[in-house]
Parts: sequence; structure tokens; C-alpha cells
Amino acid sequence: MSQHILIVDDEKNIAISVDYLLRREGYEVSVAHDGEEGLRRIRDDRPDLVLLDIMMPKLNGFQVCEAVRQDPELAGVRIVMLTAKGRDAEKEKGLALGADAYITKPFATRELVSQVKALLQPTT
Amino acid sequence: MRRAILTSQRLLAVFLTGMLLLFSPIVSLFDRPVFWFGIPLIYLYLFTVWAILIAAMALIIGGKK
Amino acid sequence: MLGGPLIVVTSFLYLGLLFAIAYWADRRADQGRSVIAHPTVYALSLAVYCTAWTYYGSVGRAVQSGIGFLPIYLGPTLGAALWVFLLLKMIRVSKSQRITSIADFISSRHGKSHLLGGLVTVIAVVGVVPYIALQLKAVSNSFTILMHYPDITMPGSATALPIWQDTALYVALLLALFTILFGTRHLDASERHEGLVAAIAFESIVKLVALTAVGLFVTFGLYGGFADIMQQAQEAGLLQSMMNATSVSDQNWFTFSFLAAMAVILLPRQFQVAVVENSSERHISRAVWLFPLYLLLINIFVLPIALAGQLAFPDGRVDADTFVLTLPIAHGQELLAMFSYLGGLSAATGMVIVETIALSTMVCNDLVMPVLLRHWRTRSVPADLTAVLLRVRRGAIFGILLLGYTYFHVAGEAYALVSIGLISFAAVAQFAPTMIGGLYWRGGTQAGALAGLGAGFTVWLYTLLLPSFAKSGWLPMAFLESGPFGIHLLAPQALFGLEGMNEISHTLFWSLTANIGAYLMVSLLRPPNAEETAQASLFVDAMKYDRPAIGLWRGNAEVAELKRLASRFLGRDKVDTAFAEFSRNRGTGYNPAQPADAETVHFAETLLTGAIGSASARVMVASVAQEEPLGLEEVMGILDEASRIRAYSKELEQKSRELEAATAELREANTRLQELDQLKDDFMSSVTHELRTPLTSIRAFSEMLLDDPRIKLDDRMRFLGIIVGETERLTRLVNQVLDLARIESGRGEWTTGEVDLAELIRQSIETTGQLFRDKGAEVETRIPEGDFRVSADRDRLLQVMLNLLSNAVKFVPSGNGRIAVTLSGGETDFLVSVADNGPGIAAGQQELIFEKFQRGDGDNLANPMGTGLGLPISRQIIEHFGGHLWVENQPGKGAIFSFRMPKGSSTLSASETGPSDEPAYSDRG
Repeated sequence: MSQHILIVDDEKNIAISVDYLLRREGYEVSVAHDGEEGLRRIRDDRPDLVLLDIMMPKLNGFQVCEAVRQDPELAGVRIVMLTAKGRDAEKEKGLALGADAYITKPFATRELVSQVKALLQPTT
Repeated sequence: MRRAILTSQRLLAVFLTGMLLLFSPIVSLFDRPVFWFGIPLIYLYLFTVWAILIAAMALIIGGKK
Repeated sequence: MLGGPLIVVTSFLYLGLLFAIAYWADRRADQGRSVIAHPTVYALSLAVYCTAWTYYGSVGRAVQSGIGFLPIYLGPTLGAALWVFLLLKMIRVSKSQRITSIADFISSRHGKSHLLGGLVTVIAVVGVVPYIALQLKAVSNSFTILMHYPDITMPGSATALPIWQDTALYVALLLALFTILFGTRHLDASERHEGLVAAIAFESIVKLVALTAVGLFVTFGLYGGFADIMQQAQEAGLLQSMMNATSVSDQNWFTFSFLAAMAVILLPRQFQVAVVENSSERHISRAVWLFPLYLLLINIFVLPIALAGQLAFPDGRVDADTFVLTLPIAHGQELLAMFSYLGGLSAATGMVIVETIALSTMVCNDLVMPVLLRHWRTRSVPADLTAVLLRVRRGAIFGILLLGYTYFHVAGEAYALVSIGLISFAAVAQFAPTMIGGLYWRGGTQAGALAGLGAGFTVWLYTLLLPSFAKSGWLPMAFLESGPFGIHLLAPQALFGLEGMNEISHTLFWSLTANIGAYLMVSLLRPPNAEETAQASLFVDAMKYDRPAIGLWRGNAEVAELKRLASRFLGRDKVDTAFAEFSRNRGTGYNPAQPADAETVHFAETLLTGAIGSASARVMVASVAQEEPLGLEEVMGILDEASRIRAYSKELEQKSRELEAATAELREANTRLQELDQLKDDFMSSVTHELRTPLTSIRAFSEMLLDDPRIKLDDRMRFLGIIVGETERLTRLVNQVLDLARIESGRGEWTTGEVDLAELIRQSIETTGQLFRDKGAEVETRIPEGDFRVSADRDRLLQVMLNLLSNAVKFVPSGNGRIAVTLSGGETDFLVSVADNGPGIAAGQQELIFEKFQRGDGDNLANPMGTGLGLPISRQIIEHFGGHLWVENQPGKGAIFSFRMPKGSSTLSASETGPSDEPAYSDRG
């Protein structure tokens, strides 16, 4: 069974590109366009990994990340912050809230893929 | 300090007002054989001015505290 | 039944009570719990001004001259308003210089001269001793009258009786004893008498209460109130003549007021209680109003008593000066008569005691001490000088009272005694030029003061005292009428032919003219010498210096020597304590064997001044110190330096205040800059974010296309389309950021011309036509006929219209979108609105959407090509032309964006409200 990745990003074109990229690598991919939808989908679908944008309408990425990490049932979900906010402080905050990795936009596609692979590899 | 200067100047003003009311032609306006409440007008005038001057000085000094 | 023994016993009991109060107050002072350190006590002690002359004499003067008794109290009332300047300065000077008498004040101010102090003392004694005689007479007369109760007998002439039967002699001796007990129990370094002041304050209460009691009895007991007395007096024809006796236009009206205002601080006893006995400068504030209030209260019943007296004794056989006592007697009021007698006694004793103490200090320090000092130059100095000083003072007290008695005995009922009150006032008025002038004018010299006082005193003697002798029959009246040796020009009361003035005004005019004239002219003959300059500075600058100017002394002296000298006058313990406190205040220990510095010498001299006067203190200190006299130049130098230091420190204060203000300003500016910096940071962060987003898509798709040649053609085309779109978005973003930056920094390029709004709307709809067709939306325009020209930048306004239209297109539903563009004209402006049937904008978002990079919810989804800068820029443009752009929701559905443009608007009017004046990044929509 292939692993499930959820993309949460309000930028349609970025979602399209990442979706295409990860499907090609053989993952099952779904997309949410704002924080609220993202959190709902995480709870319903239990994805193995979430690519989470920060600047989004309704709920921002930090809030989503925090909510996920507070829910013990979602403990297995890996979170990769994917954002144009490149400041160190933002990165620190993301990691402190329990994100597994932090990737700054614009990213190299190969790096994204290898990061995702690395995070999903050791799973049982 | 500025408060003290103001008080001094107010007292100076009382002094000048008193000079005017007691030692200028104004006082002779009241120096007439007229009685108010059965009391000679000039007598009544002088004591009234006197009392007002004292009250003014007391108010000025009292306001300093 | 009243009688001699009872009156004597009561009088003694009263004096005993006084002494008990004084003793108690002294004890309290020794324990450090002063009872007189209270402003009310100070104000009451000043009321020693009201003597028997007030207590009995006011009624007498009211009978004689109607309202003529009032100036004696109105003058001091007005004068009191100036005490916060004048009296304060006198007290400040006297405390710092330990001045204990008027003689010392004038002498110290003009270079510490025995001669000057002596002259002042002589004037004071000659001027005031008759005044003391008047008090003795009042006590003696009231005693005699009361003894004859219930008969009313006027006392006969005292001179008719043998001296040993004369009450006044015993009164004088008794008061001398009493004064010695009060005033010279010990020789205080500061010459203050706490017990005395407490007793005097008590006496002031007694005399006020007694006179008021008599007044209440007369006004409300004998008559039905003020109006009743006035009416009866008028019917008897008394009031009219009394009211006509003195006019407020008389010379006397002003002259007496002026004299009284001077006397209330210049009479020796007044100086004693107001300055020497003052325990705190703050007490002046209360006295300024409480003392005049006392004067007013003690005068309220004077006129009723005067009228009632005349109604009761119409034959004129009873002296009006005794009405206060004889009215109660006539109506059989035994107790009230006794009380009234005690009131008069308190008024007289208070005056006599304080006046005698003040005069004895002067006589001792300024007349006897110089003689003793000369005497000791050739003979050995007694070891215990304290005892010598006390003996001298006690002797002086006896001497002065005996002098007073003698004058009374000789003058009796003579004119010279009856009118002495004002004659005394005129004598002490001679001190005014040197005392008050010397407090404010630096130029006065010792010679000038001597000349002024001498001239004024001589004129006073000649024009007032001698004529009073003549009127008493001791000099031929011819002297008065046609001048000495028949020289009319020298007639004492029409000097140089000046006629038509009353005697007091005449004397005051000539004596003060001579006094001030001589003081000024003789002072101006030569510049003040070193000593005079130094002393002048201590007096004139008293309010500026916190401590007396030091360093005005140079020479050799030893602390031990100075202490030994002071101890001889003041006693060892007192001097040890004083020196210990002095060195504690300076924060330095002292070695008795070491040479004394200028400040220590100054301190020792001041300490001695309190005991023996400034001139004698100077002589004594000079006897143990080898003084090198300072030249005038040096004194001026020292004083200059002191004033330079003061000016410098003032300047420093000013500078530091300015510095503080500048620092505060800088801090504020810095805070503002930091805020701006923060805003700029936020903006940059937003711009970066907005740039990175399209870059992310572009890079991702490009890399995918590059890495994977197997991508299907239609995917390729789709990806390339996205790349192109995102590139366009980037371009637009960069353009708008630059555009906004230009507008906000005021560097925007505006070409202002005439713009027809109707034409502009039509063109904008035409330009965006394809957008509407793509989305299947309808556009409706409502443009009425008319003139819609405004003055603005056409391209910029078009930019706004295009932005609003493309915005509207974004939000209308696909297929059945409807957009209405309306133009209308108001009185002063035009209104353009663009309404759509989209979802509308939530109330909380309506202002937010005009902020940079703040898009409405869902904006990106509907139109990923938005930059978030279109609306902020549009608003800036409209506001630049003095208009306003806003959004509201339609009642049905959808949003209306509207803007107003003022008719004929120009950038001129906009420059006040336009954003171009605002700093970049500070505008939040």
C-alpha cells in the first residue's frame, strides 16, 4: 500500500506542482487549500506526511501543526513545513511546534522529494 | 518656587487694590452723610474694604499650601 | 466691692499668671517642645502693636476725630501685604547675621559702626520713652479710676502728689522688675525670649477679649445694637459732628496710615517680636492676614463705645480716653469694670515689657559696650563678662523705665504726652530710609546713614518734639508762632514758610526729605569702602545666598582663642555647643589649636553679635585675631566671583535642563524610527513572501520539465502556461511595489490635467471588455448627461478604474455575473461606484483589504494572479487628488466600491491630505 501525503497550500500552482512531483514518485497525494480543510483532512484521512504552508486563510500552518501535535491519535503524522517565510525565527517556531522538517520556498524539487522519502523510509 | 513668586505678586496686587480703595478719590465717593442699615456709609465702606482685603490675603496665602 | 487692695491683688495675680505662662513656655522651650513655634502665636505677639494707646486712646480719638482713629490700623493692614517681601528679607538677614535690634541692623548694614548704632539708639530712646510714659499714665489712671468705684472721678494731676504716693512710680518699678525677670534671666546667644513671646500672645488675647466684652455690653446691653446707638447718637447730634471731624481727603488720612505701616515693623518692640523673636519664616504667611484681622476685630466696637460714652456723659466732664473703663463703672458692672481694667493693664504691660527689653538691648550693645570696650583697652577685662552684660541690661531696663516715669511725672497732662503716639511713630519712621533702603540699595555708606538719620532726627526734634514742649508751656509759644529769634522762615511748624499742613504731615515731609536727601547725597560722595561693600552684599543679596558670603576675611586667628573670647560673653557650655554644631554642619572636625579659617572667624563674630551687637563683636574678634584688612578691590573680586559662581551654576542648571529635553526628543525620534523600521521590515517580509510564491511555482515546474523529458505534451503545455502566468504575476508585483514606493515617498510622477470622468469610465469598460466576456458577466453603465470634468492624472485614474473593474470580475459568479458602474454629481464632488453581485466583503474585512498584501479570504483561490497591492495603490491615488475610496456591502448581495472626486480638484488641495506627505510604509490604508 502506497503512503499517503497531504498537501496543504492556498497557492494553487504550487499545489499542482508538488502534487505532480510526488505522484510521479508513487505516493498517494491529496490537496487541501486552507488550514481548516487541511486539519479536517488530516483527522479524516490520517496521511503519513503533511506538506504544510504557513500563510493560509482561516487557520495558518503553525496553528494546524500545533493542533496535530496535541492530538495523540495523530502522533504518527509527519509534518514538513513548506513556506515562503524564510526567517530563522519562523523556522525555529515551526520546529518547536513539532514539525519534522522545514523547507523554504522556492525549493529544489529533488531536495523536496529526498526529504519526503527520508522521512517516510524508516516506517514499519 | 514659581508658586511663591505668584503668591507674592498676588499680595502686591492686594496692596495696590487697597491703596486704590482707601487712598484714592474713590474713597471720597463714600464720604457722604448717608446711612445704610443705620450706620454711616463711610464707616461701613471702610470696614467692608478692610475685611475684604484681609479675606483676599488669607485666600492667597491659604492657597499656597 | 472693689477697692484698692482687691485691685492690687488682682493686678498682681494677673502679672503672676503672665509670669507663670512665660516660665512654662521657657521650660517647654528648654525641653525642645516650643509653644511659640506656631504661626498663630507669632501673629498674636505682633499685636503688641495695640497698646493702651489703642485700648483707651482709640475711643478718645474717635470722639475727637470720628474715623480718624482708623488709619493707625488700615496702614499696617496694607503694609502686611508687603511683608512677604520686606519682613521676610529682614528676618533672613537678621537670622544669618544674628542681629538683635534695629540699631544693630542699621549699624551692621553700613559697615558695623558704633557711632551709627549709638545714634539709632538715641533716636529710639528719645522717640519711644515718652510712649512708655503714656503707658504708665494709662495704668496709673485706670487704677485710680477703678479705685473710686462706683464713683466716677477723673484722676488729678500726678504732679500734685508727692512722688511716693504716685501709683505710676510703683507701676514703673514693678514693671522694671517684671521685665528684668522676663528679659534677662539669661543671655541667649540668639537673644530670643520664648517665655516672653508666649506671655505677650496671651496678653493680646486678654486685651481683645476685654475690649470686645465692653463693646458687646455697650452695644447690645445698653443699646439695641449698632444701628440703635447710631440712631440715638444722631438724634443727639453727635454722629454728624464726629463724622465730619475727619475727612478721608485729609492729609492725615494718608500720613497716619503711612506712619503706622512703617511703625508696625520699625518700632523697637515690633522689630523685637516680628524679627528677633521670629522662630520660623513660614510664620509670616499666617501673620499677613491674621494680624490685620486682629486689628479689625479690636476696632469694631470703638465707635459704639465712643458714642455711648458721649451719650452717657454729655457734660464732657469724663475724659473720652477712659470710656472703656468708665462706662462699665457708670452702669454698676463691677466685674466688667475689673476685666476692662485688666485688658488695659495687659495692653500697657505688654508694650512696656517688650519695648524696654528692645531698648535695653540697644542701650547695652550700642551705648554702653563701646564705652566698656574703650575702658578695657587700658584696664584688665573682667573674667565673667556674661554677668557684666546682664548687669548692664538690667540697669538699662531700670533706667529706661525710670526715664519713662520721669517724663510722665514732668509732662503729666501736658500736650507732649497726650499726642505722643504719633510723635513716636514719626521718630521711628526716620529708620525707614536706612533700613529699608539699605536692604535694596548697595550704595549706602556709613557716613550717608549717619547724615540721613541725623538730619531726619534733627528735623523731627525741631518741628515736632520742641513744639510739643512749647504747647506744654515749657518753651515760649513765641518760638512756635514766629520762629526762633523772630525768624519766620524757621517757624518749627511752618518751616521755610510751608503752611497749611498739619503738624505730623509737615514733620514727616521735611524730616523724610532731609533724611533721604542726606542719606543719598552723602552716600554718593564716595564709593562704599570694603567693609561697607561686604556688608551691603550680605543684606541686599540675602535672598540669593543660602549661606552668608564667606571668605571676606583674611588674617590669623586660632579657634581656641575665638572660643575663649566667645565663652567670656556667652558662657563656656553654650559656646562649646554652638561650635560643635557649627563644625557638624560644615561636616568637618576642628582642632582647637589650629588656625581658624574665614568661615570660623565669621561664625564666632556672628555668635558674639547676638550678645553684644555687630560693631562690638567686630572689635572683640579683631582683638584676638591679627586681621589683614581686605582692600575694596579684593572684596569686590570675592563678591564678583561669588556672583559668577551663582550665575555659572544657574547656567549649568539651564544647560542640563536643555540637555534633558534634547535627550527626550531624541528618544522619541528614535522610538518613531524604530516603529518605522519595524513597518519597513514587515513590508519587506511581505514583499519577499509575495515574490517567493510565484518563484516557487516557476522553479518547481521548470525543474520538473528539465528533469523529466517524458512528460506528456498537454501537461507540458499546462506547466508552461503556469510558468508564464506566474512570471506575469511577478512582473506585475515588482511594478506595483515600485509604484507604491514612489507614491508613498512622494516621488510619484503625476501629470495633472482635465479628465472627463464619463469618458474615463467608458474607456475602462472597453479595456476590460474581454475579461467580462470570458466570465460571462454583464456590465451596466449609468452615466447621466452633464459635465464631469475633474483635474487629475488621467492614467492614474484609469489605473484605479481598471483595478476596481477587474476586482469585480474576480468575485462575480461565472455565467450570470452583473456589474453596475454608476457616475453621479454632488454639490462639491462626483461619486463613482462599481457594484457587483459577488459574495460581498465581510464587515471585518472592509478596511483590511485596503492594506498592503491583505487579501480578502478566498481571494487567492478565485484569482491567483492578485498581488494584494491593487487596492492600496488605488486608494493612495484617489486620496492624492483629495478624494476618498471605500467599500460597502449591497443590501441584497455583493460589494460596492466607490470613490469621490472633488470637482475641479487639484494636487494643491490634496497636498494637505494626500499620502505624499506621509513617510513611506507608515500608511495603513
